[in-house]
Amino acid sequence: MSVRIGVVIFPGSNRDVDALNALDVSGAQAVPLWHEQASLDSVAGVLIPGGFAYGDYLRAGVIARFSPIMRAVAGFAADGGLVLGICNGFQVLTEAHLLPGALLRNRGLRFVSREVAIAAERTDTAFSHRLGERRPLRMPVAHGEGCFFADEATLDQLEADGQVLFRYVDPATGATAGGEGDAANPNGSLRGIAGVINRDGNVAGLMPHPETAVETILGSADGLGIISSFVTSAAEREQAAGAALVSAAR
Amino acid sequence: MTVVAERPGTSQPTTDALHRRLGLTDEELAAIRDRLSGRDPNELELAMFSVMWSEHCSYKSSRPLLRTLPTGTAADGVVAGPGENAGVISIGDGLAVAFKIESHNHPSAVEPTQGAATGVGGILRDIFTMGARPIAVLDALRFGDPADPRTRHLVDGVVKGVGGYGNCVGVPTIGGELVFDPSYGGNPLVNVMAIGLLDERDLTRAAAPGLGNHVVLFGSTTGRDGIGGASVLASATFADADASKRPSVQVGDPFAEKLLIEASLELIRNGLVVGLQDLGAGGITCATSETADRAGTGMRIELAAIPRREPGMEPFEVMISESQERMLAIVEPDRWDAVRAVCERWGLPVALIGRVTADGDLTVVGDDGAELARIPAAALTSDAIVHERVASPPVRRRAAPAPGAPATASDGLPERGMDPGAVLVALLGSANLASRRAVFEQYDSTVQANTVEGPGHGAAVIRIKGTTKGLVAATDANQSVGALDPWLGAVLSVAEATRNVAITGARPLGVTNCLNYGDPTRPEAFWQLAEGVRGVGDACRALGVPVTGGNVSLYNESPGGAIAPTAEIGVVGLLDDVAALVRPGWRASGDRILIVGEATPGLAGSAYADLAGLAAEDGPPSIDLEQERRVQAFVRAAAGRGLLASAQDVSGGGLAVALAECCLWADGTGSAPSGSAGLGALVRLPVASSPAVDLFGESPSRVVMSAARRHVPALVLLARQHGLPIEDVGEVGGIGTSVVDEDADAPPPRLVVELHGAGATGAAEDRGSRVADALIVGLDELRHAWDGGLERALGWERR
Repeated sequence: MSVRIGVVIFPGSNRDVDALNALDVSGAQAVPLWHEQASLDSVAGVLIPGGFAYGDYLRAGVIARFSPIMRAVAGFAADGGLVLGICNGFQVLTEAHLLPGALLRNRGLRFVSREVAIAAERTDTAFSHRLGERRPLRMPVAHGEGCFFADEATLDQLEADGQVLFRYVDPATGATAGGEGDAANPNGSLRGIAGVINRDGNVAGLMPHPETAVETILGSADGLGIISSFVTSAAEREQAAGAALVSAAR
Repeated sequence: MTVVAERPGTSQPTTDALHRRLGLTDEELAAIRDRLSGRDPNELELAMFSVMWSEHCSYKSSRPLLRTLPTGTAADGVVAGPGENAGVISIGDGLAVAFKIESHNHPSAVEPTQGAATGVGGILRDIFTMGARPIAVLDALRFGDPADPRTRHLVDGVVKGVGGYGNCVGVPTIGGELVFDPSYGGNPLVNVMAIGLLDERDLTRAAAPGLGNHVVLFGSTTGRDGIGGASVLASATFADADASKRPSVQVGDPFAEKLLIEASLELIRNGLVVGLQDLGAGGITCATSETADRAGTGMRIELAAIPRREPGMEPFEVMISESQERMLAIVEPDRWDAVRAVCERWGLPVALIGRVTADGDLTVVGDDGAELARIPAAALTSDAIVHERVASPPVRRRAAPAPGAPATASDGLPERGMDPGAVLVALLGSANLASRRAVFEQYDSTVQANTVEGPGHGAAVIRIKGTTKGLVAATDANQSVGALDPWLGAVLSVAEATRNVAITGARPLGVTNCLNYGDPTRPEAFWQLAEGVRGVGDACRALGVPVTGGNVSLYNESPGGAIAPTAEIGVVGLLDDVAALVRPGWRASGDRILIVGEATPGLAGSAYADLAGLAAEDGPPSIDLEQERRVQAFVRAAAGRGLLASAQDVSGGGLAVALAECCLWADGTGSAPSGSAGLGALVRLPVASSPAVDLFGESPSRVVMSAARRHVPALVLLARQHGLPIEDVGEVGGIGTSVVDEDADAPPPRLVVELHGAGATGAAEDRGSRVADALIVGLDELRHAWDGGLERALGWERR
């Protein structure tokens, strides 16, 4: 049986459609998790999709953080469960302090929707182990508040601890994007950071949309490596937990 | 009762009769009395009539014309046509596509961000009201001079509005247009098209059958925003920047709309409603009277049951408010609890506001049970007044040459020392032909994971999940020819929009039209409308495409004058195998370049004529609709047999611009932020009359194709079988040419067009001009011009 991955649905989520499709393509069974739920229905991993949770009034992700489902997600993460936040989901995870940093308004002050390239800084994590060699991965971004920000000391710490998971890169050369004004960096994110991972390695978030880039007919299937890393890691953990349970019962 | 359309700036005499202050004529008041068995309407009834008999809601000027359009039959797959909220066409597999285009011109002129946003919201509601999930938006925008600060303000606001709304509701904006023309300076056009996909079993009608059924209002509460939007804004001309009308513009909340979409589709999927209608222009009055009239029933509405946004609202305000994001549902009594549960789950206010009756009247009952209004539902909708307007052509049909314009327009260029390459660069970098990226990058074009071809390169394409099929969509309007000949402008609009869809290999399914014209009480403006409708009808009949609906926007005038007649055409086509999609950009070096169709004389209305300041006295190029039909059939057949590597139609800027786009868009690199340099081309172009006509003329029914060398004989044969001229003119990526210095190193890619034949250089040299022997431009230069042209025109900083 395929692994069950929860997709959190807030009022205003809209890339849930993309997430369900990507999980389907990666062979996982997607389980919608309604925002008012207090339990996660025993899923093996949680994906928080893009959109405008609760309309994103006030600030992106700030209202969603206080939802019943997010309390459950925080508990799940504390127990080592795998959580992936994409776009608005990443914003929600930073607001919930499950991930470091903040996502500010794009430096260009306008919503930006275009194809970008990112590269994984680490390929030994639960969200990137199937990516293989470091190379540019093409996928869309579509956000108004995606400028990754943290103070210099935090940024240094994130780099030192290997918590920078993805950076924007030049699609042709693979060179890391600079800051504001570099065409390869769509939102002015500091140090070209597109995605981060927590210290324990079980919670990650990124602004670009790997879940939309999972079929060549849609222009790129480069996102599939990220989604399938997440799905297979969740399946492995579930199996390991199951085996542990069985051996404990014996 | 207070006056609905209070206009502080215009000092209306307050002693004027109420019906006139509400925009109704004395003749219309008499017609209202006829429909009320001779009695006078009370003030509430008059307010209801004033919105429902507005041009916007009643189509009182255009209805007789619209009846002449070919609406298609079941054989065309048409499941729902004009008169419904959106046209619906079957596409097989039990699926159908719903689509419609609508204007929000006047609200956008007054308050661009909210005007455009609510335009998107309104058209999306028309789609999901039919039971379809909205899957795409295309926006066709027209503004005045891009250097004018007011235009810049409007562009910025409208783009924010379209993007802000579409991005939040999660419907991708996949295409559209952005056109600048001085005639739109005081009156921009914001036409938005939406496309939805539905299971045919979920097709829902906007009707109120069933005596005793519940009338349910859900979504946002009713407030004082948008009072008189239909009558004040959409149905009268106005001075530009009239801030006093801002209260008539509705305010959009895309988050509420998103919830409304999900709740409505859930209600439909679970079979909980027997009728569904969105609330747009005319608010509750329109939704109740239209649904009742469609079912031949009546309705009794309890005013007190309608959830309000603020206290103290007058009955007329409640009945005609255009507060956004509201839906009316007709519900069988035993489903009411289930309906309420769905709405509450989505956090939407829901109220039982009345019952379906058998008397055919729309009755409004006050707090104390007293009857406040009773009007036959038909009198407000299908039996609304129809005006027979007078149409007369203008005395002077052609614009006189501008002072200083050259007298001989038809073959002006490239002579007088102008280099055709420089003309091409200027055209590609011009406000109307340059890349639209700076605008469409503000729209989410990929959400829902279906976008195969987003904005930027001809028609947009989305796949239909779970099938091999794809939908192809385009919008087009030719206002510059429309200004010279409104019939021809409309015909060309239909031809170009359908051609854009057909050259991808898709079969155009249907047309939705947004007819933007001036004040219909002016005989010349009404003549333009009549000619436009005749043109749309003629073209659609000739091309075999049904018109399944649309919208008419009149009174598009400002103190600066009327807009150019603009028949905006939206087309949706079906690709049976989306993987076989043919794109406009070159695919591979060494492929042959072929042109099907022939250039015909006539430069008036072209981008080149505009750039060169040429007078229009030679007239625009004509069109042979039979030839157009054959060109589209040929390209579809060629695509279906897998003979084509690429196909691009010749339109704005002519053949030279089409070739340049094929080069720049090779392998889709035009869309990549720092993509490769594209593929060059070497073309030897036979020039029949004048180089200007062949290079930059915009005569229709021509397509530039590329194909693998081995497919050329089959393509030529296929064209002959379709009775079409076809010419093998060159090669993709070719660099060797007699007029190019042979560099030792491989030169960077470039577009080379050598001219030969009777009308080419020799003839021009005889006239003493210094014509370049060929058009030679590096792709870098073309890309630079094309990439940044729009931002330069609008004064936007490069982001």
